[in-house]
Amino acid sequence: MLKLVVCIKQVPMVTELPWDSQTSTLRRELSEGMMNPACKHALEAGLRLKQKHGTHITAITMGPAMAEEVLYEATSMGADRGVLLTDPRMAGADTLVTSFTMARAIEKVCPDFDLVLCGCHSTDSETAQVGPQLAEELDVPSAAYVEHLELNGRRLRIQRLSDNFLETLEFNLPGLITISTQHYLPRYIPLKGLQDAFGQADIITIDADNLSLDPEIIGIKGSPTKILDICSPSAGKKNIVMKGAAKKIVEELFERFDDKIGAAIGKDLKVDE
Amino acid sequence: MNEKRRSIWVFGDYRNYFQNRVTLQLLSRATELATKIDAKVCAIVFGHDVDEWVGEYIAHGAHKVYVTDHPRLKNYSVETYVTLMERLARKHRPEIILVGATSFGKEFAPRVAKRLSTGLTADCVGLDITEEGNLVQTTPAFGGNLLTQIITPKCRPQMATVRPSTFQEIPHNYEATGEVVRVPLPKNLSKERVRLISSERQPQRGQKIEEARIVVCGGRGMGSKKKFKNLFDLSKLLDGEVGATRPVVYSKWVDHEALVGQAGKPIKPKVLFSFGISGAIQHTAAISGANFIIAVNKNPNATMMKMADVAIVADANQVCTALIKELKKRIKS
Repeated sequence: MLKLVVCIKQVPMVTELPWDSQTSTLRRELSEGMMNPACKHALEAGLRLKQKHGTHITAITMGPAMAEEVLYEATSMGADRGVLLTDPRMAGADTLVTSFTMARAIEKVCPDFDLVLCGCHSTDSETAQVGPQLAEELDVPSAAYVEHLELNGRRLRIQRLSDNFLETLEFNLPGLITISTQHYLPRYIPLKGLQDAFGQADIITIDADNLSLDPEIIGIKGSPTKILDICSPSAGKKNIVMKGAAKKIVEELFERFDDKIGAAIGKDLKVDE
Repeated sequence: MNEKRRSIWVFGDYRNYFQNRVTLQLLSRATELATKIDAKVCAIVFGHDVDEWVGEYIAHGAHKVYVTDHPRLKNYSVETYVTLMERLARKHRPEIILVGATSFGKEFAPRVAKRLSTGLTADCVGLDITEEGNLVQTTPAFGGNLLTQIITPKCRPQMATVRPSTFQEIPHNYEATGEVVRVPLPKNLSKERVRLISSERQPQRGQKIEEARIVVCGGRGMGSKKKFKNLFDLSKLLDGEVGATRPVVYSKWVDHEALVGQAGKPIKPKVLFSFGISGAIQHTAAISGANFIIAVNKNPNATMMKMADVAIVADANQVCTALIKELKKRIKS
């Protein structure tokens, strides 16, 4: 049976940012977590392979203990087991170190994997780097931003849009792909399924010691990139609020900003004197 | 010229030239940064029959071009290009490598960074150099709600991908000269494991929403498919493009083409009109390049309204209609 590994990430469910301007940090503990949308699409792509070819799916996530929630969600959708990679020493890892750590974990829990699926990017840091770097670390052929895939024996054929080119690519397993959010709309999980998953899911937890990782080369310590500063770009904005009847507002808008709008379209919008 | 001089490299991404001039824009910024650390700017070109690009990059500021020209490199292939870049970088040790954040660049750069065990910052919207010579890479996070400044203090090269149109290209200078270094294809280059079966260029629309100076975006708050059509009238008056959120595209009020968001297109207009959009992160992630935002929504607490320069608390369609009227009055024929 083919063995799939789906990498998933828990991201904050944000519409309002729990931003602490005094300390310039994101108060992650205040925001609820959810499965990163692209990761959910990747899981869906894996589940469709499972329906067609009868694969075994391991869902793996790296994050704080609460990230376990997305593994329950993954198993309720149809993943066969979950692996939580959690260790305070792994915190603050950049993409280079994250891909290194994830690769060691995959080699440990599923050394004979056939295909690794990742979401193409996450909604929090949005780098889209971990997937391609994980492919390097595992030394397997890979393609990013995949929209369609088709498995024929051990030959994987994929389709994707890359810089205005519709590409069809092929490689032999084992390999790694990152799935775009264009297709593979994730299935709906009824609440009952989610409740059942919490009762009986097969989930294991591993840390840096289980992987014999040197704490000096993981997490924030091992990461080459450092955050110099974080700021909110909207902080400097005025955020002018206008209320009232539509006609009045529009008049006011032009009175104050006809220069700005006019400059953007290259036309004079001033009312003739 | 001192051969030990530091260098800033720009990956020559020419495949989608005309639509995408990010390499020229990066060369322009690289020449500015180079003066701060007394470095030279190098463009890196892989492909077949690519002399045209070599000349183009010199005319746009490259002091030196490393070029590997071989029939095997005819198509962009990520494994091979990564290997060539890795070898070149190990040999010449650049201070900085900049790559355009195209689909290819975003797959290529992380893998090069991994091979070189160095840091990489994604989708930068700003680049600068500190007195210590560190590249300060500014990048948006959380759907453009935050800007993060990142440095790579202990590793070289420092690597960044940069969004197209972040910087202005310098005008073509026919008189510019530069050194061209021809690098032969390594003999022991391993075979690409990913086989390209076909590659078809997709048709282009007229003006691309990604490049539009004015974008009129609508969400479900417009009310109906019929009312949404008003946005096209407004956009026409403004020589702009119409964008939409995911719910609107799903309701088939407008084609998927118009989707502005993580699954759609990123935009960076001078002025963004946002009608009836609450501001889900998948949407706001794609509008962080907007210069000035005018948002209309009945709900003053919507994320989109908080992000806006001007937040208009009113019915989206009514304001759209009033805008059309007012513009018709003001635009002189």
